[in-house]
Amino acid sequence: MNEREILLDKYSSRVFKNRKSHISQLEYGEEADSIAANTRAIPGIATARGCCYAGCKGVVVGPMKDAVTITHGPIGCAFYSWGTRRNKAKAQDGESNFVPYSFCTDMRPTDIVFGGEKKLEDGIDEVMKLFNPKCIFICSTCPIGLIGDDVQAVARRVEKKYGIKAVGFSCEGYKGVSQSSGHHIANNGLMKEIIGTGDKKPRKKYSLNILGEYNIGGDGWEEERILKKIGYEVVSVFTGDGSYETMKNAHLADLNLVMCHRSINYVAEMMKTKYGIDWIKVNFIGIGSTCKTLRMIAEYFKDPELIARTEEVISEELQAISDDMDYYKSMLKGKTAGIFSGGSRSHHYQSLLRDLGVETIIAGYEFAHRDDYEGRAIISQIKMDADSKNIEELTVSPDEILYKERYSKEEIEELKAKGVEIDTYDGMIPDMKKGYMVIDDYNAFETDELIKSMKPDIFFSGIKDKYSIQKQGVVSRQLHSYDYSGPYSGFNGAVIFARDVTMSIYTKAWMLTIPPWKTAALLGGRIGGEN
Amino acid sequence: MLDLTPKEIMENRHITINPCKTCEPVGAMFCALGVENCMPHSHGSQGCCSYHRTVLSRHFKEPAMATSSSFTEGASVFGGRSNLSTAVKNIFEIYDPEIIAVHTTCLSETIGDDVGNYIMDLEIPKDKIVLHASTPSYEGSHIQGFSNMMIGFMRYMTEKAIEKTEKVAIFPGWVNPGDDRELKRIATIMGVEYLFFPDHEGILEMPMTGKYKYFPKGVGTPAADIKALGAAKKLIAMGTFASYEPAEYLDKQHKVPFSLIPVPIGVSLTDKYVMALREISHKEVPNVLEDERGRLVDLMLDSHLYTYNKTVAIYGDPDIVYSFTSLCIELGMIPKYVITGTPKEEFVKQVTALFEEHGMDASKSVIRADTDLFYLHQLIKNESVDLLIGSSYGKQIAKAEGIPIVRMGFPVLDRYGNTVQATVGYAGGIRYVEKIVDSLLDKIDAEASDEDFDVVM
Repeated sequence: MNEREILLDKYSSRVFKNRKSHISQLEYGEEADSIAANTRAIPGIATARGCCYAGCKGVVVGPMKDAVTITHGPIGCAFYSWGTRRNKAKAQDGESNFVPYSFCTDMRPTDIVFGGEKKLEDGIDEVMKLFNPKCIFICSTCPIGLIGDDVQAVARRVEKKYGIKAVGFSCEGYKGVSQSSGHHIANNGLMKEIIGTGDKKPRKKYSLNILGEYNIGGDGWEEERILKKIGYEVVSVFTGDGSYETMKNAHLADLNLVMCHRSINYVAEMMKTKYGIDWIKVNFIGIGSTCKTLRMIAEYFKDPELIARTEEVISEELQAISDDMDYYKSMLKGKTAGIFSGGSRSHHYQSLLRDLGVETIIAGYEFAHRDDYEGRAIISQIKMDADSKNIEELTVSPDEILYKERYSKEEIEELKAKGVEIDTYDGMIPDMKKGYMVIDDYNAFETDELIKSMKPDIFFSGIKDKYSIQKQGVVSRQLHSYDYSGPYSGFNGAVIFARDVTMSIYTKAWMLTIPPWKTAALLGGRIGGEN
Repeated sequence: MLDLTPKEIMENRHITINPCKTCEPVGAMFCALGVENCMPHSHGSQGCCSYHRTVLSRHFKEPAMATSSSFTEGASVFGGRSNLSTAVKNIFEIYDPEIIAVHTTCLSETIGDDVGNYIMDLEIPKDKIVLHASTPSYEGSHIQGFSNMMIGFMRYMTEKAIEKTEKVAIFPGWVNPGDDRELKRIATIMGVEYLFFPDHEGILEMPMTGKYKYFPKGVGTPAADIKALGAAKKLIAMGTFASYEPAEYLDKQHKVPFSLIPVPIGVSLTDKYVMALREISHKEVPNVLEDERGRLVDLMLDSHLYTYNKTVAIYGDPDIVYSFTSLCIELGMIPKYVITGTPKEEFVKQVTALFEEHGMDASKSVIRADTDLFYLHQLIKNESVDLLIGSSYGKQIAKAEGIPIVRMGFPVLDRYGNTVQATVGYAGGIRYVEKIVDSLLDKIDAEASDEDFDVVM
């Protein structure tokens, strides 16, 4: 039996039937390796997944720094999503930064019985008086949809009353099967209400948006540093350190870079349809990937000067970190890793680990879809189930004035042939090897079983798994919060990541786990007959 | 930090900004984690369970195992009966606990899921228990959820006693594992045999051995002890908010008389605990405890130079805030702002009474329940304090206003090692007096000019 079979063998037939299609030990046989994804988690299995609200408010909408994001519901969800994701934000000159704040209607029994719209509107009046923001987001939690509060209607009334932007998101926790539905709902809201409402044109020759970059630990800032050094203008970042003010003008950028494919691909696709902006799936995690990403972007603009400048920056950056990277590689080479994370990180970090000589033998996602594993070519084969159908598919059409294609179809094909991955993503699986394990919607039991059977040296996951993995004697680092470190992206980030992984593997306390009396014979006994 | 917070105070807001409480279900989950061989189960959307496990893991730096009914839109319309029965089957098959402790969420409460009824219809394996508590997130706070879950355990498990035993029930309230250990140590020193519920010692502080078990044996309140609670001759319930309703339940249903005392922090509140134990054991207090008490009082006297008349803002959960207010008063400090997010007006009464007991004028302080940290920050902007005491979320105010902060209560997300040590008892008092005085002295040192910089203090 291989490790997959050993694992599945422990399940009852009922659970086995469900989980077998979500666990794939790669074969690279005649048929392409495939995996089931984005289906309901099994009740009681201890899934790592969160909910729709977590995807909408927690991931996509919450980091927008100049907007007041109000959680409409009882207090818990606002509390748990307050300052806990490390999406760093810094106020621009003269602008507000609401990221350190948490706003909630804190609904009580009477609000549940009689409806909470009034309380929400009264609360918004107070927010206007206290802070006078330009933009308000309202994110619904579970009870809202059930009691019938209409947050979109409230948003419209607020816009009329105050002349500001207000967007209601019906991202009740029970919608969809994971955070993924919340990403989609957030993408729809941003596309409908914000993108395209500004008219501030970029000043530089080549301008970019970075989509799906949440600036965890400052990742977005490291990416911007490199891009600006080459000479690009970053128009907006979705949404880490992002803002309503800059997102309004996102449609005026030349190219979209997509970091987290899962959480933001909808916006990338819709902007392509509506404004003709191409997107490239990029990866700033890892030295090799960062170089590849930078070269693709330069190649896309077909400007020899830009290409030369890119090479210049790459060689400068590489030189600055090569000694450090060589050292850490000497410490980490030959180790194996497992990665369980959300959006695209389980894929992205394999590149960085490979730079360090570490192979990722187990990789899984909490809430990915099949295209995140198998590539976008699979999308046409994905059947919509009842849970997906409940999430609005926003249809956009080319904008009469603003739609503009940079390149013809033929030119795009030419660029693709040169290796510029335009409007596409091949997924995680093609970057993994035979025998490696791919798991969708992993749970506590499977995590622990795979650690036993595949014995990775280090396991990257989230806080819910971290300590149970560590108690088993395996190094664990959080890939959601970076264990309070970072940035991990770009050139400088790679060194910080390498340092952190080395620190966790070699920390002295690991050697102290077993007390000396467990291994030493008890001395001082006497042999019978003496004295 | 928090640059946008205006000084002008807005009273009676509808919008809560920077909460000082969270929702009931996390309290239920925390309570259930303190029972041996028990899986907490969240009956609602996955996100609830994920958020609760996360905040508990971040506070304790430990695994916090729990499962969810994983509601979808369908379940939210048609009810969560089948989700619960599937979950229960899977939990027993895969994780194999003895008990599943189900708590509800705002979702399952709003749709009116009758979890008690669902459980009655379940096929539960022999020798296994499934129980539940109702914890609607739109009522009370996490403290209420903790109480409700305690009652849930007793409703399902505590047996009618024909004869009382010599054992005493102890409810520690919402405290850390280090506190559980200390409270039990004191009870043992006082010669009292006890049933301790719930008990997180050894669970949310698992020793590092290289082996991990979902449900380690021999730690947590055993099922047998919960069953036997009804036979306890007396109950000492600590925390007048977290433990009152469970204590009243045990008294009404099983005729176990109780003394309800505050969480024993500082000298006089620990004295209350020791006196309550003494009343039961009829034994004099051994020297070992009297010496500990003496060392705490000695420390307070030695360091009063730095605490006397210092103003302090204390915020967090009602029980621990009450008890820290008492400790601060003993240190000669002035609790200027005493605040909880938990919506219990009784808190204001009790803290006001505490001020009066000590001959202090409560009207010169702001004592408020059902409020938030935004309000506290506005108060501080108008009249600052020398020290903040409370959860990690106050660190924003501390940074904004340049005030030292001592972390206590729940959640402490940004410091290590606090939860394995005691806050309660004379020993906990010594630890916290040290923390308080250290932080005040550190500030003096940091701000002193060279000519005023003292090596001896």
